[in-house]
This record gives sequence, C-alpha cells and structure tokens, in this order.
Amino acid sequence: MKHGSMVLGTAAALALGGMAVSAVAQTAADAAGRAKAVADFPGDADGAFQSAARFGEPDGEKMYRRVCAGCHMPDGKGAQGAGHYPALARNQNIASGDYAVYVVVKGMHGMPGVGRMMNDEQVASVVNYVRTSFGNKYRDKVTAKQVSAVR
Amino acid sequence: MTPDAALPMSKRDLLALIGRTGGAAAMYFAMSNLGQAHASPFKGVPVLDGGAKGASVLILGAGVAGLTAAYELRRAGYKVQVLEYNGKVGGRSWTLRGGDTYTELGGAVQNCEFSSGNYINPGPWRIPHNHYAIMHYCQELGVALEPFMQLNYNAYIHSSKAFDGKPQRFRHIQADFLGHVSELMVKAVKKEALADTVTREDGEILLEALREIGALDKDFRYVAGPASSVRRGWAKGPGGGLTAEPVASEPLTFESVLRSGMWSHITDSMETTHHTAIFQPVGGMDMIPRAFARKVGEVVRLNSKVTAIRHDENGVTASYVDTKTGEKLTAQADWCICTIPLSILSQIEVNVGAEMAAAIGAVPYAASLKVGLEFKRRFWEQDEQIYGGITMTDLPIGQISYPSSNYGSAGPASLLGAYGFGAFAFEFTSLPPAERVARTVEWGSRIHPQYREEFLNGIAVGWHRVPWTQGCFGQWTDDMRAEHYKNLCQIDGRIMIAGEHASYIPAWQEGGITSALDAIGRLHQRVMAG
Repeated sequence: MKHGSMVLGTAAALALGGMAVSAVAQTAADAAGRAKAVADFPGDADGAFQSAARFGEPDGEKMYRRVCAGCHMPDGKGAQGAGHYPALARNQNIASGDYAVYVVVKGMHGMPGVGRMMNDEQVASVVNYVRTSFGNKYRDKVTAKQVSAVR
Repeated sequence: MTPDAALPMSKRDLLALIGRTGGAAAMYFAMSNLGQAHASPFKGVPVLDGGAKGASVLILGAGVAGLTAAYELRRAGYKVQVLEYNGKVGGRSWTLRGGDTYTELGGAVQNCEFSSGNYINPGPWRIPHNHYAIMHYCQELGVALEPFMQLNYNAYIHSSKAFDGKPQRFRHIQADFLGHVSELMVKAVKKEALADTVTREDGEILLEALREIGALDKDFRYVAGPASSVRRGWAKGPGGGLTAEPVASEPLTFESVLRSGMWSHITDSMETTHHTAIFQPVGGMDMIPRAFARKVGEVVRLNSKVTAIRHDENGVTASYVDTKTGEKLTAQADWCICTIPLSILSQIEVNVGAEMAAAIGAVPYAASLKVGLEFKRRFWEQDEQIYGGITMTDLPIGQISYPSSNYGSAGPASLLGAYGFGAFAFEFTSLPPAERVARTVEWGSRIHPQYREEFLNGIAVGWHRVPWTQGCFGQWTDDMRAEHYKNLCQIDGRIMIAGEHASYIPAWQEGGITSALDAIGRLHQRVMAG
C-alpha cells in the first residue's frame, strides 16, 4: 500500500499543475514564518541572492544597497523618467516612522510591498537606516513590533 | 488541496520537501502571476460604423494598446492624436540590437554590441496562437512570424541542489517521472487499491493507458529497454550498418527525480499561453509596433512627457513637455484613451473621480530582469544539440532561452541569459548593468561551461529601471481586482484606461490590445449615443 498511496499524492500534484504547486510552495513559505528568512542558496556575503522569495540581507544598509537602490538609487536621490522615483534623501514624508514602515510593507502606487519578502527585523532595520542616512536625521527608531502591527 | 490521508509522508514533510527542492522555481512562477492567462476572447475588431460625428480622441502612450486604438479609431473616422514619452513607438514591445543605446533610470548607459542580426526582446517575446487579437494584427499588418521554440526536450532542467548541480535533459526528467508514476499507479490498480472508484473493466483500460503514458514494458515496469529509451533517449542510438544496434539507457531512480523537484518544470509548457504553436516576429518583437507606425506614425508625437490630464463637460486637455526642447504644450480632444502604465499614471495629476483614482493608485508593478548575451559561436547547438527552447534553473538567472532562428549558422549568436522575477529580480536590478551581465555569465557557466571561453558581450534590462514603465507589469491580486478592476475600466467622464493593466492577461500584449479594442467599442457607443 505504501507505494500506492505515494502515487496518489504525486499524481495529484502533477494533475494540479504549476499554479497549484506554486500555491503549495507559497503556503510552505508562509508557514515557515516571516520571522525567519529561508536561505535557498549560500548567496552573496551580504545576504543577496539567497532566495527568489525572500530577501536575505541581514541589516538595513545591506538591504538598501542590494534592494532599495534599484529604484531609489545608491545615493537615495531617486530618479526622473516618464514618472519619477522619490528621493529618500532629506525626505520629510519619512519623518513618520510608521508611514515609512507602511510603505515598505504595503507598497505605494506602483511600488510593490517589498517588505512582504522581509521579516519584521529586516523591515525595521532598513527603515531605520534610511531615516538616519542621506541627510535624514530622524532619531526615533522603529521596532520589529511596529512592523508586525502593520502587516 | 490533497487530502492528508493520501500522503505517506506528513503534509508538513511534503511542503518542506517542495520548499527545499522545487520551491524557489515554483515561487517565482507564483510571483510572475502569469498562469491565469487563458485563450483570448477576441472574436474580431469591434465594428465602429455610423461615422465618428467629427469626434476627436487623444491617446496617451504609443505601446501596442495605444497604437491599436489609434489605428482602429482613425479608420472609423475619428480625429486622433497620440502622445508618446519615448523617442520611438512600442513601449514595452521593444527590441535591442547591435548599435542600440539604452539609458536606464539613474543614468547608466549601455551600448548593445551584438553583431548584425542578433537581438533580444527585453519585454514581450512570445505570441501564443490563441492570442487571437495580436495574431490578427500581425496578419493584417504583414508582420512575419516564425515558430518560437517553447518546449525543447533536449534543453535542460537545472537545480543547484540536485544531481550534484549537473543539468538534466528535459526528456529524462519528463519520461522518468511519468514512467515511475505510471508503474506505481499500475501496482495500485493491480492491488485493487482503487476498487472504490475504478471498476474492474475501467481498471483494465487504465492499465493500458498507464503502459502507454508511462512507456512501460510488457510487464508494466519502467526499466531500461526499448519502451523507455524511445522516450528518454538511448545510451547509444540506433543507426545504420554493422554496429547499428541501439543500447538502452538507464532511467534515473524515482527517488532522485522526485526529490530533485525538477518535475515542477514538466508542466511549464502545458499552460495555454505556452502551447505550441507559439510564435515570434522575425527579426524582433518591435516589428509589430513598427508595422503599426507605418499606418499611424504621422499622428504620433514622440518625446512628449504627459504631466497633467484634465477633463470637463467640453473635452480633455493633456499638458505635456517636449523632452528635447523643454517646451510646455497642451493637447485637446473630445475624449482620451490613456494607456500610460499605472506606475507612471499614478504620479500624474488627473481629475478623475475617487473610484478610478483609487484604482490607478492600487496596482504594484512587478520586478523582472532580462539579460541578453552574445557568444562567439552556437555552442548550445554545436556541442549540446539544443536548437532553441528554454533551460530552466533555480539559479537567480531563472532560465536560458536559446535563439529560435538561424539554426546552424556560423559566427556570433545571442541568447537570453536571464529572465528572473521575485527577490532575485530586485537584487539584480540594484546592480550596475555590467555587473548584472557578469553575474549572468558566471551563473550560466554552471550549466554551460563554454560560457567562459565563448562570451563576447551582454546587455541587461532591470524593468524597475526602465524610464517609461518603472516596472514590468501590473501585478493584480484577486482582492485588488475585486475592489478596483471595474473602476479602472469604466468611462470616467471623458477618460478611458487601456493597457495590459486593464486586462485579465497581465504582461501579455494580448491584454493591451484586447483592452484597447474593448475601450474603443464602448467609446464609440457613447459617441453614437450623443
């Protein structure tokens, strides 16, 4: 019976196809918990390229350099095209730490909620990094608990 | 989901196994969110008869949605003007060739150094036969199509965590998975384990079906022999002459295939949007916008950056800036079809109602990356007998797609060296372009060691750095659609929205074109109703 049962499970996965498997994998990742970044690969020394589903960068500076800078640019000054990426340098909107946490977790307009691929500590760390870099001098720290409340 | 009782291992173990093996690849498909695309409902271009009553339409954006609207509305007698931010038409329907220069957001400049005839399509690259609307326009506008090699049994599936990182031929994984599963299923039937649901007579039919589906031998076993080797390939293939007798190959074990997670790629080409026949325009995807431009190019104003859209009971006014001269200008019309990506439109002042405004601001844009590489020779054909098709990998490059044209030709050739989504795409995009290319070569060389010797040059497009879209495509969720989709697509005063973001076929040109056709059909009804 052992092999027969195995067939049922496997055949079901085959019949359901890619999206069902994806949904299972998604559930597995969620079940693993947001507090733990799952490393699929050794990745780079600073945590980049560890997983297609999770950012592995352990602290705010590394996260900014390897993820956020893709749009907001390495110098935090944003960019201009048909639209623009807002500068985070000397940005008054992020005077509110809660607002910054909300944008990272939930996204804003075209910006995806990249915080969904970070754990609470990672979100707090990158928000704290941005709020104290690029000429920003907001001294109050956001906490992982605040991030958890926003999710 | 699968009932727990049917699983010999616990459900949690299975989930963990999938997470360890197929997880990353499966995940990236989940994020790419393209699987819901189905055959297009296109039944023909809407009939816009009865004249246009002198009405004018301002179209914003000259991608395939805007070009389709311009082409059909002009034909129906409307006065049409199109504003386009870029210096050329096409939007995301775009091709990079040798001699092209691409400047991304942040200012990094890349010069494409490909030889003549080589190219990559950074955006859309495939046209399924069941995307009837874009097939219609390719035929009507005379865009030559050629087969896109979607499924190549001799391409690889690669996992850095299985078979010691050695790539496996697709035909091996597919044949061996189906073979072993069929053999197990036969055992279940013969033990009457399925007696509750399968009658004895149906069981006999099922056994024969399993023998055929699984390439089982006369004793219903999946083992080395002629039955399995005609599927997965022989160790020494049959030929002619004295030493022509074939030698059967040894299947991989069920456990190794199962645990590799590679079975997750058997279904990659089973979705309707990837079924054969599937095509590409000969010479590059931008042959489509170029063909449209031959019909409507004279009403497209390039280098025009829209800054505000206002409408009232009398008409629509778009404010825009000529990006070459800095001159501030306006354009007026009775109606507006806006195809500007929501990632951009959400930043533009538009006096639509609260519901449409909320919809415009609700949709995040997905990250994606494509890297084109040029090599000195077609080593994938010459050394590995891979003619077109796609190798899938769990590495950050996601996949390698070999060119579907000019097979067997000498000299340099380009391939798609990376097409990634998810976290990897964000991390790739944050790298300087030259480093994206270098990493792509490094990772790809684990599948094709020839990369190191044969690499010539490359070009990398991270879609969040593309100045005219700030992202790859509108990444709707079911909840978002329930709340906002109809509000996005309704007519708001004198403004209508079109584009892939106003469709259920995200990221495909078919979505953009069918949304444009739907918009002009409804607009025409409104105009006729006076």
